[in-house]
Amino acid sequence: MDSLMEKSPLGVFIEHIKKGELAYQVCTDDNKAIFFPRVVAPKTGSTNLEWRVSKGLGTVYTTTVVCGKENAKWNVAMIDVDEGFRMMSRVEDIDPMEVKIGMRVQFRAHPGDEKQPAYPVFVPVGGAK
Amino acid sequence: MNHLKRGSVAVVGAAESDLGKVAEHTSPLDLMAQATRRALDDAGLKMSDIDGLFAAVGQVRLSPLALAEYLRLKPNYFDGTIIGGSSFMAHIAHAQAAIEAGLCEVALIAYGSTQKTVSRAAAGRPEYNYYETPYKPFLPASAYAMAAARHMHEFGTTREQLAEVAVAARQWALLNPKAWEKEPLSVEQVLNARMVSYPFTVRDCCLVTDGGGAIILTSAARAKTLKKKPVYVLGTGEAIGHATISNMENFVVTAAAESGPKAFKMAGVKQSDVNMLSLYDAFTITPILFLEDLGFCPKGEGGRFVSGGNIAPGGKVAVNTSGGGLSYNHPGMYGLLVLIEAIRQVRGECDKRQVKNCDIALAHGNGGVLSSQCTVIFGSEAAL
Repeated sequence: MDSLMEKSPLGVFIEHIKKGELAYQVCTDDNKAIFFPRVVAPKTGSTNLEWRVSKGLGTVYTTTVVCGKENAKWNVAMIDVDEGFRMMSRVEDIDPMEVKIGMRVQFRAHPGDEKQPAYPVFVPVGGAK
Repeated sequence: MNHLKRGSVAVVGAAESDLGKVAEHTSPLDLMAQATRRALDDAGLKMSDIDGLFAAVGQVRLSPLALAEYLRLKPNYFDGTIIGGSSFMAHIAHAQAAIEAGLCEVALIAYGSTQKTVSRAAAGRPEYNYYETPYKPFLPASAYAMAAARHMHEFGTTREQLAEVAVAARQWALLNPKAWEKEPLSVEQVLNARMVSYPFTVRDCCLVTDGGGAIILTSAARAKTLKKKPVYVLGTGEAIGHATISNMENFVVTAAAESGPKAFKMAGVKQSDVNMLSLYDAFTITPILFLEDLGFCPKGEGGRFVSGGNIAPGGKVAVNTSGGGLSYNHPGMYGLLVLIEAIRQVRGECDKRQVKNCDIALAHGNGGVLSSQCTVIFGSEAAL
């Protein structure tokens, strides 16, 4: 097992995002995808964890539109990534109300800002409708 | 594995604190102490009788310590399990275990919140989570909204059916003098209210109020010697699904599908034996999910089940007779009040909203973002 004195699961994930890669782990004991990244695999308890880079394609599992102040609206969605893990994200480049369950989406890295490290978002496959 | 014994303990005292919007500078502990005093009076017990203490308060990090300090209690047994709004259903089960094991005899379970007075933001700061925070979900509403959206997608559940839950709750609330909401509500009003997180408008979401409560539990033998008719714990079930909504496996099946069967098995009763349901209604989707997961209708049928006034006064199944978190009161972790309504129905204390011959009532608690699910089945002497 990697030492937490040198790197953390989230630290590795963010390094990949900064390179434009959506990374995830696989527990090589049962070959299951793991997300969020961990130091010990859930269920198996194994430390045989391998980092892989996703092709970045996924499907919207469910979605909502958050209504903020001054008519601000943004999407929050759960994405089932093709390699077999699910994550919360946001589908961009499209009206938030037009994000539909079952829609195919493609990963893109959001650069973040001073307070927020880079993070993954998604856009519709084939561009905005 | 050993199981708790059906009917080995009973609720002997139950009371709400003041509810709604309390005076400035009131603390959650003031509300807990007030409810405790009322619950002791309800039971005919003295403060010195309490030897078990159970508390979980969002605003008070070390809840059991703070309440013990306030009341100067020296409990033999204490438990601060905090798993959101279902904490108090878990406390009932844990108190029963402690009483059965002889670790305590008279258990106090208490809760209080001043989230209305101090604002929700001040009552509990959300924890930063890299995997969710950047997307700015309006939690907890957006989590439940995504469950509702998935339920609509898979089963054809409609926004009108969700609204029926809020309308039924309001009709019950109009029969409860302690309810926060005092005016009738229509399906159209729910649909046309301010959108919060699609498909939820503000009327699909629970209230934000102050309040608290206390429940006192003791052995069945001691319960028989006290003031009120004992309300026996027939069955309990506890289950944990996840902590964050990102990690919910299936957004249309909750861990109530595990806690429910455990509680029914221990109680030795079936769904058709239950006279009244108290289901944590944080949002309009939750009673729909729990009616399905607890076996009162098939999976996917919840939306149709709640329609046409089926769970409203005069309907086939009495659900959330207090008016629920949607229309009665919702002081943060509302589960303790979910329990109190079920207890009162079994006692026959509910006046205009009383369910006839209510010998068995089910109280179901939900915590976090559909995360923890705990079920308690109460029964009268006749149900034993």
